[in-house]
Amino acid sequence: MKTKRISPELFDKLVGLAALELTAEERDYLFEEMNHQLASVKALSQIPLPERIQPSLHGIELEGADPRPDEWQPFSNPTEIIALAPESEDGMVAVPDVRRAK
Amino acid sequence: MSINNLSAFEIAEKVRQGELKAVQVAEAALAQIKAVDGQPGSLNPAPLSAEEEGKVHAFIQLTEDLALTQAERIDKLVQEGTDPGALAGVPIAIKDIFCVKGTTTTAASKILANFKPPYTATPVQKLIEAGGLVMGKVNLDEFTFGSSNESSAFQPATNNPWQPEYVPGGSSGGSAASVASEEVALSLGTDTGGSIRQPAAFCGVVGLKPTYGRVSRLGLIAFASSLDCPGPLSRNVRDSALMLGVIAGHDPKDSTSSVHPVGDYLKALEQDVRGLRIGLSPDYEALYYPDLESGELQRQSIQKEVQEAVYRSAEVLAKAGAEIIENVPLPNTRYGIPTYFVISRVEAASNLHRFDGVKYGYRTPQDVADLSELYRRSRAEGFGQEPKLRILMGMYVSAAEYASDYYQKALKVRAMIRDDFDQVFAPQGQYRLDALLTPTTATTAFKRKAVYGNSVLMQYSDQMTVATNHAGIPGLTLPGGLDEAGLPIGIQLIANDFREDLILRIGHTFEHLTQDEPWRKIKPQVLRAEVK
Repeated sequence: MKTKRISPELFDKLVGLAALELTAEERDYLFEEMNHQLASVKALSQIPLPERIQPSLHGIELEGADPRPDEWQPFSNPTEIIALAPESEDGMVAVPDVRRAK
Repeated sequence: MSINNLSAFEIAEKVRQGELKAVQVAEAALAQIKAVDGQPGSLNPAPLSAEEEGKVHAFIQLTEDLALTQAERIDKLVQEGTDPGALAGVPIAIKDIFCVKGTTTTAASKILANFKPPYTATPVQKLIEAGGLVMGKVNLDEFTFGSSNESSAFQPATNNPWQPEYVPGGSSGGSAASVASEEVALSLGTDTGGSIRQPAAFCGVVGLKPTYGRVSRLGLIAFASSLDCPGPLSRNVRDSALMLGVIAGHDPKDSTSSVHPVGDYLKALEQDVRGLRIGLSPDYEALYYPDLESGELQRQSIQKEVQEAVYRSAEVLAKAGAEIIENVPLPNTRYGIPTYFVISRVEAASNLHRFDGVKYGYRTPQDVADLSELYRRSRAEGFGQEPKLRILMGMYVSAAEYASDYYQKALKVRAMIRDDFDQVFAPQGQYRLDALLTPTTATTAFKRKAVYGNSVLMQYSDQMTVATNHAGIPGLTLPGGLDEAGLPIGIQLIANDFREDLILRIGHTFEHLTQDEPWRKIKPQVLRAEVK
């Protein structure tokens, strides 16, 4: 029995949602590899899951401290952060216009 | 014995006692890097000569000035009679996935090639405060996504110091190779599915994945946030114990870091293994690899010499007084990789959305019509193939229509993997184990280009390590011999939450009991060839 493969149309939709662009060569390779990975994941569908099993997000039970107060703390040198931006103007990060959806 | 093959423990002791200057240590490490490392990883690498082909290529960036400044500070403290710290003068390589102020932090990706973080990661800061010398940043698979180092955007990728035509493993391949080739005594790596232990095994060094939350992740560029664990790589178990003692502990800036008390890991090494119950599991004697058409898992035996090394190690420990418990069932281990394909990709996709060419990192130089095109172009040009694949896979398996079949199911299987370990470590249970002894990898190192490009097969090189990441428990790999080709074999010890002390203790005892075995006298090829 063959596993269900992702369709080319759905794959292309995902590429758009992921804000990516692929060359034709990349697309062929990633499409095949993604389908291979999905075949490998099929093993999960065959495992009987006992009722008592609850999803585990971390494996261990976290013993972290209480979250720190939700209070704004200034960074010592914000200009260092702005300087990391590929483009800035007057201490602000600059980007091209956001085009309105048609 | 040269300075470079002293252990971290020995270096720190000599520096603290004034027998050795930290500056001498730094200079010796820099000389060794110059002798064996060759051309550093680069986005625009020059063609390699035959001689360069045989070099290690662990480093992306050397921080010579930083290391020498730190060394001078240590020597001044010693001169003044002030304690310079537990790692005084110890040369350390940092996997280039940790933010270190004053360095570029690339994650081995074009998209971060120019990123200079404004702060230093907590575990790195702790290493510096303990007197460690940051020698530089070492190579890795792009964003830690791989098991061979070949996916780095910074080429040449790191070679295996034992035989340069083989991979060092990954993703902490630069870390493992830099320690094995005596460029540094310690390296800080990360382990999400086996990324410390697999390369440590391939390069014949010690690697420790601590309990999840034992070491802060602040300043670590995230791959899979519920799985990522920073940890040490070293040439012996004592050095890993020493380094863990420095980097472990709660960090108020990482809410997943644990408040569980940090143990005295060096003191734990004073005890032997008498009375400890160590398990062997048949579920770690085979690889369950899927047919890529049908998805059916097919059993494949692991490399015979690796299996024999595990049995031989069990005999050594039994003779020293440990009780070996055979046939310990861990039936869900075989689902570790399929589960990882889902959970790690979902988390990776989420974490990678922040790289968009706006606030930092690479931005396309092309003219773009709008912000949306800026995102697409910057990500298309900045990311390599593996991050793109992980984003797409993660988005698909977490999409509302498919999440119950994939993501929710994987989280439940993760709980079952955890349950397996709970059963065998339970103090009142049938097995009452203190530790498990397993292979670290199903095979020794593979040749360059032998697996790269096959994303499923590459992922399966983490089959023996990934279950501990799902469960959050600690795992230690240490050398257990060499195979017929002369490549290192890793054996793995696994314990319950926060019982790093136990696996370090067992590993240290094993090292002591096997210290005179012939294979321990054999050095990596890159050191044999070196003229000292």
